[in-house]
Amino acid sequence: MPPDEVSSALGGDAWIMITAKNLTKRYGSTVAVDGLSFTVESGQVTGFLGPNGAGKSTTMRMLLGLDHPSHGSVTIDGKPYTQHEHPLRKVGALLDAKAVHGGRTARNHLLCLAQSNGIPASRVGEVLELVGLSEVARRRIGGFSLGMSQRLGIAAAMLGDPEILMFDEPVNGLDPEGILWIRTLMRDLAAEGRTVFVSSHLMSEMAQTADHLIVVGRGKLIADTSVQEFIGRSSQRYVRVSSPKLPDLVPLLAGGEVAMHDDHLRVLGMTAAEVGEAAAARGLPLHELRTVEPTLEAAYMELTQESTEFAAVTS
Amino acid sequence: MTEVLRSEWTKIYTVRSTMWMLVATVVTMLGLAVMASVTAVLNDLPKSPDPIKFTLGGTQLAVLLMATLGVLVISGEYRTGMIRTTLLAVPRRIRMLSGKVLVFAVAALVTSLITILVTFFASQAVLGDLGTTLGAPGVLGALVGSALYLTASGLFGLALGALIRHTPGAIIAAICLMVVLPGLVQSLPGEWGPAVSRYFTTTAGQQITFTRPVEGALGPWEGFGVYCVWIAVIMIIATIFLRRRDA
Ligand SMILES: Nc1ncnc2c1ncn2[C@@H]1O[C@H](COP(=O)(O)OP(=O)(O)OP(=O)(O)O)[C@@H](O)[C@H]1O
Ligand SMILES: [Mg+2]
Repeated sequence: MPPDEVSSALGGDAWIMITAKNLTKRYGSTVAVDGLSFTVESGQVTGFLGPNGAGKSTTMRMLLGLDHPSHGSVTIDGKPYTQHEHPLRKVGALLDAKAVHGGRTARNHLLCLAQSNGIPASRVGEVLELVGLSEVARRRIGGFSLGMSQRLGIAAAMLGDPEILMFDEPVNGLDPEGILWIRTLMRDLAAEGRTVFVSSHLMSEMAQTADHLIVVGRGKLIADTSVQEFIGRSSQRYVRVSSPKLPDLVPLLAGGEVAMHDDHLRVLGMTAAEVGEAAAARGLPLHELRTVEPTLEAAYMELTQESTEFAAVTS
Repeated sequence: MTEVLRSEWTKIYTVRSTMWMLVATVVTMLGLAVMASVTAVLNDLPKSPDPIKFTLGGTQLAVLLMATLGVLVISGEYRTGMIRTTLLAVPRRIRMLSGKVLVFAVAALVTSLITILVTFFASQAVLGDLGTTLGAPGVLGALVGSALYLTASGLFGLALGALIRHTPGAIIAAICLMVVLPGLVQSLPGEWGPAVSRYFTTTAGQQITFTRPVEGALGPWEGFGVYCVWIAVIMIIATIFLRRRDA
């Protein structure tokens, strides 16, 4: 099972660790995931983005062998998740932090997971230390706050020192300190060459963490691209122009789409250079001329609002 | 597989419900035996032809407690969502279920044996002349048989829990199949009643708990074998569903 080598934007060697091919999942008449194909590479944080109900959690459950695809296939480092002898040493996943037996102590919860994958018991103490739960190791998890449960879930994911990490909405319920902690952890894990696949419906969160984005809407792939490209490609990038002679300027900008605002114009579909030259050719004075980059959030909103109208664009 | 067994063993002893159910089983068996024995002695009852009449009176209740414990071993994971964490660690579902079954069977058999022996000696201590010995005909067989019956009943619960995945539903199914239906089937009209009833779950299974074969019923091992077939069939159906269904 040698993974395919691919060139990485980050320079170093990257490997394809997760592959989904034509993945489809139906629940009765609902199509939760619809012909999704993508790959996830090592050494970077890949954000899995989409609005509520887009099919992110369903896709992750299929990647991890919990749900059976109606169609298509998924492989983790070359074979289905269920065929890995010690899956916790290959993949660490946090799906639902509350999906634990509340009657066990944090230590015992991690211990039974460790034993099932031949992981030494000493590792339990290490991961508890790593996530800052050593103090409560002997408390029952039923009494944990959501933030503590989230940390315990991350401890469980880290137990087997896995190459691949999958987190479903890991920042849910965390305070700003916790969010920063997870973000740093994910960046560090990717920097160590691991594969980090993390879902979110918050673009702003991904903007600060992810290198690559896989965007889904209504179960379909909308975009599979680097974060930079994703912003760049958005049609929301516009040129902001202000001039004392705005009415004279408008007819010159037929090459773009012009929106009038109080004291300026927003031109879509033309570069700042084109607008500037058009104005100069008629000798019109410009007081302001600049390209406004869309925020990631805006680009994302635009893509997902009418997700079905967008054909998949792959880089 | 040994890894899965160790893990399931840790799971079973680290939740309180297991301990409480085991305590309840011990208290039921021991409590009923001691009370029956004390009553027998106080009322100066004649020596019963069944030498362990006053000893294993708690078995029918203990069977339901064991079945409930068996249900909880797996339905507890579905209720909390822990099953998904379990399946991430052991994605081969049959291996996961086999681990649970084996660990539970051994734990149930050991506790049942200890409980029954303690119960036996406690009630003998009270009974004095009314009592019997381990060496008397059929006694040891009935005691060991009762432990096997309790263990099998626990597995009956586990199979139903794995199939139904919902604690109350599985417990109700267990009560119906193990208590209500055997009673109903017995009162079927004509020849049907006794004919079918002999093979029905606990009616067949409990033959192994008696010191002497019962007239018209299956033999002890025959009956127990039939009970095990019931359990195996439910377990196989549960396994097929377990493999097919989403977790
Ligand atoms: N077990 C199930 N049975 C029936 N429908 C389901 C099931 N699981 C998910 N769905 C449906 O599939 C669709 C996708 O759900 P999913 O939970 O994968 O979305 P998501 O992208 O994770 O959303 P969120 O951001 O809210 O977590 C939804 O319409 C949901 O109602
Ligand atoms: Mg989700």
